[in-house]
Amino acid sequence: MNNFMTILFHTYLSKLKTKSFIVTTIITVLIVVGLANLSGIIDFFNKDSQEEIAVIDETGELFAPISEQLKAVNKEIGLENYNGTVENGEKAVKEGEYKGLLILSYDQDELPEAIYKAKSIADSAIPSELQSVLQQMKTQMAASQINLSPEQLGKIYEPVSFKQIALEENAKTEEELNQARGLVYVLLFVIYFAVVLYANMIAMEVATEKSSRVMEILISSVSPIKQMFAKILGIGLLSLTQMALILLVGYYSIKQNLSSMEGGFFEFFGFGNIPASTIAYALIFFILGYFLYATLAAFLGSLVSRIEDIQQMITPMTMMVVAGFMIAMFGLNQPEASFVTITSYIPFFTPMLMFMRAGMLSLPVWEPILGIAILLAAIILLAVFGARVYRGGVLMYGNSNSFKDIKKALLLTKND
Amino acid sequence: MSLLLDHVTKRFGKFMAVDDLSLAIPESEMFGFLGANGAGKTTTFRMILGLLDPSEGKITWNGKRIDYSTSPQIGYLPEERGLYPKLKIKDQIVYLAKLRGMAKQDSLKELVYWLERFKVPEYENKKVEELSKGNQQKIQFITAVIHKPKLLILDEPFSGLDPVNVEQMKEAVLELKESGTTIVFSSHRMEHVEELCEYLCIMQKGRPVVHGSLKEIKRSFGKKNLVIHADYDLSFLANSHGVIKARQTAEGIHLQIAGEKTAEDIFKEIAEKGFVRKFVLEEPSLHDIFIEKAGASYE
Repeated sequence: MNNFMTILFHTYLSKLKTKSFIVTTIITVLIVVGLANLSGIIDFFNKDSQEEIAVIDETGELFAPISEQLKAVNKEIGLENYNGTVENGEKAVKEGEYKGLLILSYDQDELPEAIYKAKSIADSAIPSELQSVLQQMKTQMAASQINLSPEQLGKIYEPVSFKQIALEENAKTEEELNQARGLVYVLLFVIYFAVVLYANMIAMEVATEKSSRVMEILISSVSPIKQMFAKILGIGLLSLTQMALILLVGYYSIKQNLSSMEGGFFEFFGFGNIPASTIAYALIFFILGYFLYATLAAFLGSLVSRIEDIQQMITPMTMMVVAGFMIAMFGLNQPEASFVTITSYIPFFTPMLMFMRAGMLSLPVWEPILGIAILLAAIILLAVFGARVYRGGVLMYGNSNSFKDIKKALLLTKND
Repeated sequence: MSLLLDHVTKRFGKFMAVDDLSLAIPESEMFGFLGANGAGKTTTFRMILGLLDPSEGKITWNGKRIDYSTSPQIGYLPEERGLYPKLKIKDQIVYLAKLRGMAKQDSLKELVYWLERFKVPEYENKKVEELSKGNQQKIQFITAVIHKPKLLILDEPFSGLDPVNVEQMKEAVLELKESGTTIVFSSHRMEHVEELCEYLCIMQKGRPVVHGSLKEIKRSFGKKNLVIHADYDLSFLANSHGVIKARQTAEGIHLQIAGEKTAEDIFKEIAEKGFVRKFVLEEPSLHDIFIEKAGASYE
């Protein structure tokens, strides 16, 4: 047990101190802070850059109401009544005096129409803004032409009332489903990234020890099984540290930006009244999923003798995670599809799919429990098998990077 | 109280790596393992360390099987050198010693002693990848002995070292032996084994072809070497009765003969021919025995 802790903390601390880990963590934290403050950052750069648009109003009536309405929705676009000819206007735009030129006129039905000219039409934000203002204008004018009152007009545009009600007992209400979808979506991403990232790290760690041949000394002092699990836990601890840091920073920076917002952080994401069971499932499936893939990665890592071969070796594993993730994403919209149900019992997909189903549907308790049991059994099986392969694999050197080596590694540990 | 290998056999599938090896290595002795590449030396060591299980037979150390509970008493220098390339010497020695049950303060103290002894005290805070291969070897040796093991296994300890460092290392090994450590080591270099070991074993394709004490092995080999230097042509001796092998040298001839009797005959024969500047009857060298027993496959 003593050696176990020694390896665990050695793995944890030495990884924690590596430059690459520190740099990735800092970059990720910076990105999180950046994303949380995105609107602030954009505002900062756009502060005093009001875009000026020249308007040639051939009707003589439209300019005033349009510029008023535009002011109400977007203060960053300024309209200026331009008195020159169209040619002069175009020239002014080309010279950069104005961002664009808007020509307003009436069509044969006495309704507004417009032409927008700019140096390039790659920037779609301004024209679409102008278009929507004009659209409103046109709707109002058309309505008054056929003598519709604003109330009548309002009625036309009122959205239809459409409620969904689940008849099954315990079934989630629409609101709950939306909340669950948000949370499940976020957590699926967390599980996906954690598994890919940290399983990779473990495989890499094992391969490094093997390729530097320090492994032979290690296994002569500590049993391979102990080593394998100490390493898995060490990296697990590392992953929790990194994620806790990122979540904490993310939480505070978003909270700061939303301090004025009522309800705070969790409401904002629709996590207001998520059942505790969903959070619990997320945690359980995250941990089990990590262990499953970490064990797999450790034993795959033990099979290669050069670090260059590691990617090739763990690609099938990564594919499996990606496949699970894809099915889960598909399942978010159709959680009851039988395909999703069946695949949620395949151990490598269980962490993501069973969690998604547990979060989205009201499953009978035995289903997630069965999933957890299958997952646990798979982990134990993989650990026992993996530890044997690991024990032989770490003694095997040479050009080994095929799955035939699993057999060879097992042969090494056999007693006859 | 010793290391016992009792009819140990190891098969990998159909391949016989070690075949019926029985050895008794007394305590505080230095035991040499000789053998061509692939003779089964490393496999034997791995079995002694408990990294591999023998297919048949058993290995005991002081009557007990070697496993992870005895690991603080065992030191191992693997054939392929292995250290963490990116870790400081200090950190890695402390870590590896800790895994052998040694406290940090003790291992740091010992490390200073050993680094000074190998005349490289400035390496404490360097990374392994910054050191030359020979110096990495010294660090590897320190990891094997820092926890004062009772049983020390050295797989090719002198390979890749310059003569000065070989001497330093030999001295250290001898000192450990004096202090009561049982040492098993393998080597390609006959002179090292001849110089250091009282007992030895020559392996050939997994089978021990010769084993016992150095003196006995030499005596029972029977054949001796005869070196003669003279000013006239000695090549006719190659066909004399009792001569097994003959090799012309610049100053005379080098013969392998069946026994002392042959030397007497030859002495009489050439005494009549003229003056002989050198006539030496030598014990066979381990090299001769090895070549003969382990076959011409050796290097």
